[in-house]
Amino acid sequence: MMTRLTTIERQGAMLLSGLIAFAGLALAVIGRGDAMGVHGWITLILAGTLFFIAGNAAYAPEPTEDRTKSYYDDPTKIGLLLALFWAVIGMGMGVWVAAQLAWPDLRFDAAWSSFGRLRPVHTSGVIFGFGGNALIATSFHIMQRTCRARLAGHLSPWFVLLGFNLFCIIAASGYLMGVTQSKEYAEPEWYADIWLVIVWIVYFILYIRTLARRNEPHIYVANWYYLAFILVVAILHIVNNLAVPASFGAAKSYSAFSGVQDAMTQWWYGHNAVAFFLTSGFLGMLYYFLPKRAERPIYSYRLSILSFWGIVFFYIWAGSHHLHYTALPMWVQTLGMTFSVMLLVPSWASAGNALMTLNGAWQKVRDDATLRFMMVAAVFYGLSTFEGSFMAVRAVNSLSHYTDWTVGHVHAGAMGWVALISFGSIYAVVPVIWRKESMYSWKLVEWHFWLALGGTVIYVFAMWNSGITQGLMWRTYTESGTLAYSFTDTLVAMHPYYVARAIGGSMFLAGAVIGAFNVVMTIRNVSHAAPQRDYPTESEANEPAVPAAE
Amino acid sequence: MLRMFLKPFARFFEFHARTHYRAERHSMALTGGIILAASVGGFIEIAPLFTIDDTVEAAADMRLYTPLEQAGRDIYIREGCYACHSQMIRTLQDEVDRYGPYSLAAESQYDHPMLWGSKRTGPDLARVGEKYSDDWQVRHLVDPRALVPESVMPQYAFLLDRPLAIESLPARLSALRAVGVPYTDDQIVSAARDAYGQALPDTGNADGVLERYGEETNVRIFDGRRDRLTEMDALVAYLQILGGLTELPAETQPLRGE
Repeated sequence: MMTRLTTIERQGAMLLSGLIAFAGLALAVIGRGDAMGVHGWITLILAGTLFFIAGNAAYAPEPTEDRTKSYYDDPTKIGLLLALFWAVIGMGMGVWVAAQLAWPDLRFDAAWSSFGRLRPVHTSGVIFGFGGNALIATSFHIMQRTCRARLAGHLSPWFVLLGFNLFCIIAASGYLMGVTQSKEYAEPEWYADIWLVIVWIVYFILYIRTLARRNEPHIYVANWYYLAFILVVAILHIVNNLAVPASFGAAKSYSAFSGVQDAMTQWWYGHNAVAFFLTSGFLGMLYYFLPKRAERPIYSYRLSILSFWGIVFFYIWAGSHHLHYTALPMWVQTLGMTFSVMLLVPSWASAGNALMTLNGAWQKVRDDATLRFMMVAAVFYGLSTFEGSFMAVRAVNSLSHYTDWTVGHVHAGAMGWVALISFGSIYAVVPVIWRKESMYSWKLVEWHFWLALGGTVIYVFAMWNSGITQGLMWRTYTESGTLAYSFTDTLVAMHPYYVARAIGGSMFLAGAVIGAFNVVMTIRNVSHAAPQRDYPTESEANEPAVPAAE
Repeated sequence: MLRMFLKPFARFFEFHARTHYRAERHSMALTGGIILAASVGGFIEIAPLFTIDDTVEAAADMRLYTPLEQAGRDIYIREGCYACHSQMIRTLQDEVDRYGPYSLAAESQYDHPMLWGSKRTGPDLARVGEKYSDDWQVRHLVDPRALVPESVMPQYAFLLDRPLAIESLPARLSALRAVGVPYTDDQIVSAARDAYGQALPDTGNADGVLERYGEETNVRIFDGRRDRLTEMDALVAYLQILGGLTELPAETQPLRGE
C-alpha cells in the first residue's frame, strides 16, 4: 500500500508519524508515573512503527498508476478491517460484562476487570471502534462514488483513519487503567479529546475538498448525512468535554460544568451522540447501499429532504428526556419530551423511505442476505425510534428510567439498526473494492444474518422483561402503604433475564466473528473480478451514483 | 385523507423542494444550514440554565467536599461506580419512600462533573451517607456478597491496600476552583494535610479540617486501619457524606403525613 504513494507523500507520512511519535515521547516523559505516560508510550510505539513502515518504502519506485482513472480505496480497506476487529473486541467485551451481571465472580482478581472499568471499553469499542471505523471507511467509499471523484489527498485519509484509531486505543486502554471523565460516551480525558478535535478537523477538510472536486452538480443525500455527522459531532464533542486538567502532567481533569448544567450538557451530548454518531452517518450508509444493492431508486427525494432537516433540527432538543423528574427545571424536561415525540416524524420518514425503496425488489430481500441485513436494519430503525419517542413521554419514562428497558432500547438501536446496516454495507462493499467475484461464502452471510437477528431479539426481549419487571417492583406498595420489595428482591428477579441477555449477546458476537472470517477469506481466497465501471467518470450516464428515478 | 390534510402546505413543500434542489449544489450552504439548524435547540435549552437564578436553589448551609472526600469521589469515578449507581432521587413517591427526600439542584452544584447516573443496577446513592456504618461499607466493598448474597457488585478489596495519593490534592482543588468551586487558598494549601487529618485524627491534623470545613465534618478512621491512609478511607468518607452537604432537602420537604 505504501508503494502506491508518491515519494513526496511517503516522506510526508514519515514526517507526520515522526512528529506524532515525538509527541508521544513528550507525553511519556511529562506524564511518567501516571496513566498519561502509558498513553505516551503507546503513541510512541504505534507512530514509530508507522514511521518505519513508511521509511522502509522510502526508496521504492514512483507509482505508475494514473490517479485520475481510479478511486483511492486503500484507507477504506484498512478501515473496514479495523471496524471488524473492533466489532469482535467491543462485542466480546459486551458479552463479558453482560455475563458479569449474571455471574459477578466472572472476573480476575485485578482492578481492571471489574464491571465499572470494562463497561466503557464495551461501549466505546462498539460505538467508536466498530461504528466509527465503519462510518469513516464507508464515507470514503461513498463520497468518491457519489462525487465521481477521487479522494482529495492521499495522506489525510490515513491521518483521519489511523488518528481516530489511536484515539480509540487511548480511550480503551485508559478505561482499564481507570482514566475516565465519567461522562457517558465521552469518557476519554482531555489530551485524547484534543487529539480527536485535530483528527476531526482534518476529516471535515477532506470531506469538503472531495465534495469540491465532484463531477456532479448535486450533492447526494448520503453526503448530507455524513456532513451532519462530522459537523455536529465536532460541536457536541468540544462543548461537552470542556474541562480543566488538575495538572498538565496527569490525566485527571474536572468538567467545566457542574450539577444541573452539567447534566443538561451531558445528555445534550449523549442523546445527540445517538443522533449524529449512531443515526446520521448510518443513514448515509443506508441511503447509498440500500438503493445500490436493491437496484431501485430512492422512493422519494422530498421525504429525504424532510427527514434530513427534521432529524438535524429536532434531535438536538431531545436530550433532556434523559432527565425527567430530576432537578432539571420542568420547562426543559417538557421541551425535551415534546421534541422527542415530534422526532418520530422525520425518523419514520427515513425508515419509510428506505422500505418503500424496496418495492419491486422484495424478491431480492428474500434471496439476498446482504440486502436483508439492510431491510431489517431499516425496520429496527423504525421500531427503536418509535420506542424512543414513547419512552421520552414523562409518564412512561417514570417507569423505564434507570432500568434495563433503557439498555434494551439502546441495543435495539445499536444491534438491530447500527450493526445490521454496517454489516450489510460491509458485505456489499467488500467484493467491490477488493475486486472480487462475490463474498467467500453466501451461506456464512445467511448464518450471520440469522444469528444477529436472533441474538438481537433475545437480547431486546430479555431487557424489556427485566426493565418493566424491575420498574414495576420498585413502585409496588403493600396494602399497608409500605414498599413491597427491597432492592435485592428486584435483583433476584433480574437474574434469568441477565442470563438470557448474555446468550443473545453471544449469538450476536458469534455472527460478527463469522462475518470477520468471511471477509478475510474473501480477500484471501476468492478469485479476482474485473470492476464493473467503478472509476471516476465525467458523465452521470456512465456511472450514476445510485439508481436514478425514471 | 392525508392528501386533504397536506393540501394547504403543497405550495410550501413545492417551494422548499425547489430551494433545496438549488442549495444542495453548494457544500458550504449545507454546512452552514446544518450548523444553524443543529445549534438552536441546544442554545435554547442550555444557555438559560446559567442565567435563570432559580434553576439552582440557594442553600446557605452548603459545604464543600473535603480533600479526602473529593479524592474518594475521584476514586468513585475511576472505578466507574456511576455506571450502576445513580445519585438522583426523582420526584416520585416510591423513590422518596425508598431513598429519602428528592434531590435538589443545589446538592450537586459543586459536582464537576455531576454523577446523577442513568442506570440503577444497584440502588441510588444520593442519600446513602451515614445510612450504614463505616465498618459495613468497608466490608461490603471488600466482598459485597458476604453481606448481601444476591448482590452482583464487583469486589474492591484492593482499595484497602492502596495508599491514597495525596500529593496531587492541592492541584486538584485548585483546578476545581478554576471551574467554580469556592475553595480558599488556605483550603488548597492544606489539602494534603487535611486529607491525612480527616482519616487519621490521632496525627494531630484533625483540628485544621474542622476549622476549614466545619464542625460537622466526619473526622475518624474510615477503613479501620490506624497505620496508613488508604483509598478505602477516601471512598468511604465520600460515601458517608452523600446527601449530607446541606440540610435543605430535609428542611423543605415535609415527611408524608405531616
